[in-house]
Amino acid sequence: MTTLRKRPAPAADPTPVPGAPRSPGRRGTVLLAGLGVALVLVALLAAGRGQVAISPAEVLGSVLHRLGLDLGPLPSAAQGENALWIVRFPRVLLAAVVGAALGCAGAVMQGVFGNPLAEPGVIGVSAGAAVGAALAIVTGVTVLGGWTVPLAAFAGGLATTYLVYALARSGGRTEVVTLVLTGVAVNAVAGSVIGLLMFVTDQAGVQAIAFWNLGSLAQASWTAVGLAAPCLLVGLAVACADARRLDLLALGEPAARHLGVNTERLRLRLIVVTALPGAAAVAFTGIISFVGLVVPHLIRMVAGPGHRVLLVASALGGAVVVIGADLAARTLVEHQELPLGVLTAVIGGPAFFWLLRRTRDRAGGWG
Amino acid sequence: MSLPRTPRRFAAARPPRPAPAGHVRIRVAGLRVERAGRTVLDGIDLRVRAGEVHALVGPNGAGKSTLLGAISGDVPAAAGRIEVDGLPRESWSPVELAWRRAVLAQRNTLSFPFTVGEVVRMGRAPWAGRPERDQDDAVVADVLERCDVARFAARPYPALSGGEQARAALARVLAQRATTLLLDEPTAALDLRHQELVMHIARERARAGDAVVVVLHDLTLTGAYADTVTLLGDGRVRAAGAPRDVLTAPLLSGVYRYDIDVVPHPRDGLPLIVPRRGRPARPSADEER
Ligand SMILES: Nc1ncnc2c1ncn2[C@@H]1O[C@H](COP(=O)(O)OP(=O)(O)O)[C@@H](O)[C@H]1O
Ligand SMILES: [Mg+2]
Repeated sequence: MTTLRKRPAPAADPTPVPGAPRSPGRRGTVLLAGLGVALVLVALLAAGRGQVAISPAEVLGSVLHRLGLDLGPLPSAAQGENALWIVRFPRVLLAAVVGAALGCAGAVMQGVFGNPLAEPGVIGVSAGAAVGAALAIVTGVTVLGGWTVPLAAFAGGLATTYLVYALARSGGRTEVVTLVLTGVAVNAVAGSVIGLLMFVTDQAGVQAIAFWNLGSLAQASWTAVGLAAPCLLVGLAVACADARRLDLLALGEPAARHLGVNTERLRLRLIVVTALPGAAAVAFTGIISFVGLVVPHLIRMVAGPGHRVLLVASALGGAVVVIGADLAARTLVEHQELPLGVLTAVIGGPAFFWLLRRTRDRAGGWG
Repeated sequence: MSLPRTPRRFAAARPPRPAPAGHVRIRVAGLRVERAGRTVLDGIDLRVRAGEVHALVGPNGAGKSTLLGAISGDVPAAAGRIEVDGLPRESWSPVELAWRRAVLAQRNTLSFPFTVGEVVRMGRAPWAGRPERDQDDAVVADVLERCDVARFAARPYPALSGGEQARAALARVLAQRATTLLLDEPTAALDLRHQELVMHIARERARAGDAVVVVLHDLTLTGAYADTVTLLGDGRVRAAGAPRDVLTAPLLSGVYRYDIDVVPHPRDGLPLIVPRRGRPARPSADEER
């Protein structure tokens, strides 16, 4: 038996040199293509579902007609066009942008912290951003017009990320325990500040703040899409330009420095860059937790930890997940809309727990 | 009024030039390092030359890792100068430094499960966007082979044993092709054969013109492979020079505070450095009963 199982050594190995290929590699390419297709399909499906039912073919037809192509059927239902272009498309697009922002922000944050459990929700950055947004709502400041609340969320998220970074690091690394406990503390403080703000504000303010804590896409609009999308694109572009340096950070900060990376500047740049899309997401939808944790982890299991694939795939995967989750949130219960953040937490919480166990088992306990 | 200084980032990057054997690559003068308010290194002078294997030896806590950290820039100096290729270390940009010195830390962890091949290829990062990049594949294949980790290339780094990880980490450091290597206990986790293998690599790099600084605990290994030995004790240089001048019984016995014998190997005459043991008492069979 054993002799039969012995395989002859392969003649002329097709991969000339072991190690990371320069291009994303076959698995990476297949994954990215698959996620792209999944994104289009789930978006067409999600745009069609709701009070006015529209088939995916009709959704596609409507889009093509607007683009000036006379292809496919138009929505047959009464008010179909309006339902699509005023309500559904902004919602689906915002879901995609927010999901992509969360997935990408999670992947970058994990790279910067050198820790697979870092995530905007877990370490309290979403809560910090929500505090910023809540402050802007309660104080009623509108100096910057439509940008006020997003910018306040951005500032809150940025400050919190930096705070956590400063508190949870020692010797160029962030231990899992320190990171998670810092997140607990930051979330507690942010929660109490939000509670205080709800206490001092009026009824409308309470509702607006409650919306942040639960997370929802119900207030999606073209304006929101227009504000959030640039944040995502800038963040994703900068992060992708740093993909190789993020890989090097896995060696630890000193080793990355010895390889010529200006780690101080890289860290600052990436923290700002993850706060940007992350906070934009929070600003328009409130806290949608665990997407940034679970999606990059799944991508790593399929395509490995290299950031060139990971960043883009996490963005695509995040978009698919949030569009799907929002679809479930508004169709699972008839005539009722579940809070999206609650739905993702129901799935994400146990996933987080499982990840935590696995990380501990690998490290042989917390020491 | 001072003249406006040209910001470094706009100046052309300065790649390292080959140097004749004996050229000083690293110069440390009057170095003092404090950690947690305690002086752990004081009055350190050190020259590391192209073409030599320079061993740092000394008891635990003597300051060997701290000295390497100070040279590589991880540990701030409280006083003194550190020069790399004739200029203060701070005057080089991070990439220019990466071309000049590669560092193998005492512990090498990895946050994410990259494969050994990917980790080794990370060592090529400083050469991105330069002509040397064309050699990436050849260099990676070469160092994987040299460090005897080629067969692990496709395995995730965390799935390797401690000694295998140490060799993979060394392969990454070698892939960097820096002109000075700073290696902190590269042989600590290795079996006998691989210890010799690693020291052979160090010698080979030195013969090729690199300067190799290596922290060692095995003094016999030091005697066999080092050109220069610096003996550290309590944060100071206790002796420096050729192995036969530094690795002497009185000096070592004093610094290690243990009686040490230095005897020539019967076959090749290299120094064997062993603690004086006498015949250790072992419990006899009936005592154990
Ligand atoms: N991060 C640190 N903080 C405070 N003291 C340190 C630190 N690292 C090392 N030391 C102290 O500095 C001294 C030298 O340490 P080190 O250079 O690591 O010794 P070794 O020669 O064994 O490599 C030791 O006394 C050690 O306790
Ligand atoms: Mg040491």
